[in-house]
Amino acid sequence: MARLEVTRVGNGIVPPISFTLQGGEILCLSGPSGSGKSQLLRMLADLIPHDGQMTLDGCSSEAMPPHDWRRHVGFLSAETAWWADTVRDHMPPDAETRFDDLGLPLRLLDSDPALASTGERQRLALLRMGPPPIMLLDEPTSALDPGATRLVEAYLHRLRDEGTGILVVSHDAAQRARLATRQMELGA
Amino acid sequence: MIHPVDMALAAVMVLVCGGLSVWLSLRLHGALAVAALRMIVQLVLVGLILRFLMGEEAGWLTLPVMLVMLAAATREVGARQSRRLRGIWHIGIAFLSIGASALPVALAGLFVVTRGLDLTDARHVVPLLGIILGSTMNTASIALNHLCGAVYRDRLVIETRLALGQTRRQALADLQRQAVHAGMIPVLNQMAGAGLITLPGIMSGQVLAGMDPLHAAGYQILLMLLLATAGVAGAVLAVRLTLGRLMDARDRLQIDRLH
Repeated sequence: MARLEVTRVGNGIVPPISFTLQGGEILCLSGPSGSGKSQLLRMLADLIPHDGQMTLDGCSSEAMPPHDWRRHVGFLSAETAWWADTVRDHMPPDAETRFDDLGLPLRLLDSDPALASTGERQRLALLRMGPPPIMLLDEPTSALDPGATRLVEAYLHRLRDEGTGILVVSHDAAQRARLATRQMELGA
Repeated sequence: MIHPVDMALAAVMVLVCGGLSVWLSLRLHGALAVAALRMIVQLVLVGLILRFLMGEEAGWLTLPVMLVMLAAATREVGARQSRRLRGIWHIGIAFLSIGASALPVALAGLFVVTRGLDLTDARHVVPLLGIILGSTMNTASIALNHLCGAVYRDRLVIETRLALGQTRRQALADLQRQAVHAGMIPVLNQMAGAGLITLPGIMSGQVLAGMDPLHAAGYQILLMLLLATAGVAGAVLAVRLTLGRLMDARDRLQIDRLH
């Protein structure tokens, strides 16, 4: 199982933070708006410049090509973005086997992502990730109704049981209680 | 040589257009008058400068004139961008991409036309460089305008593609292709329409000046091929250098380098 070690990672806005995320656990991150939760996730995915050190199974992020790091430490933004004509064009090969788990109809596969609802796009974006060994999820259920939220939570529990390490940003204390193996608060 | 009376006749036709603009409240007459006067002054000046440069003593001045032309083209590339790289980067990239594409192609053209590379030969160097620089400037300018706008608008798409583990090349391929295509549209249109929809400028001028149409067509074909080559090179260079500046060594989008 993968192990992400974060040592004094921060930038001018987010103060340095250190923690470990182990495969098979869900770490829930909370904190007031503007405390830098999304920025921290972007730093962990090496999408914005940062200080400090990150290693995956002992291998430093700087020793790996950036795309390789991001294939292992995947980041899902709160806002989804799409570029190809159909949903299928964005998806990894086996994604359709998981459509049902998230309550997504298979007909979406060959449709234009712009035609899917916001909640459908949020779940599609989650499936688009793969999943990688470490997942960084920025409010992955913000656009979902309670039923779809529970499906996503069950999906994340299953990935955790399969050995994925998951860091989730959530403003919902009840959701954190349902999901978290551990919790962490920024700006506290 | 066109007689001043003939020229006056052409000017009268533009004056009639101006009158039409006043009559129909098109508010075009002011702009038309300024553009026409500016064009006349510029072309007469260029004619005088060229005549001077072609003199026995002044050939050495051709090189500085080439540099002035390149500098002017560089300035124009950045002049009408809605977004561009901050600092001196957009000027540097415009200079490098236009210079590195238009100059070698113009030299190749000079060699084909004169069987030599005499840089003091203003009669050939200045018109050749002028037409190639103008076209390349246009191509690079449109490509960069398209690219910088698209990078800013699609920054979340770029970040998402990188976050999914795509390489810089994969994440930027669409933007690069679309920007180069956009830049090449004028040159491609010009080539596709040549002879069918319009008689290109050079060819028309030479036919009017009494050259055999087939010879004139030969010159035009050569020029179009040179323009296409310089255009592709200029657009690709400008787009790639700009994208290089917009990404850091860890393939992170540096959107604050645009403004």
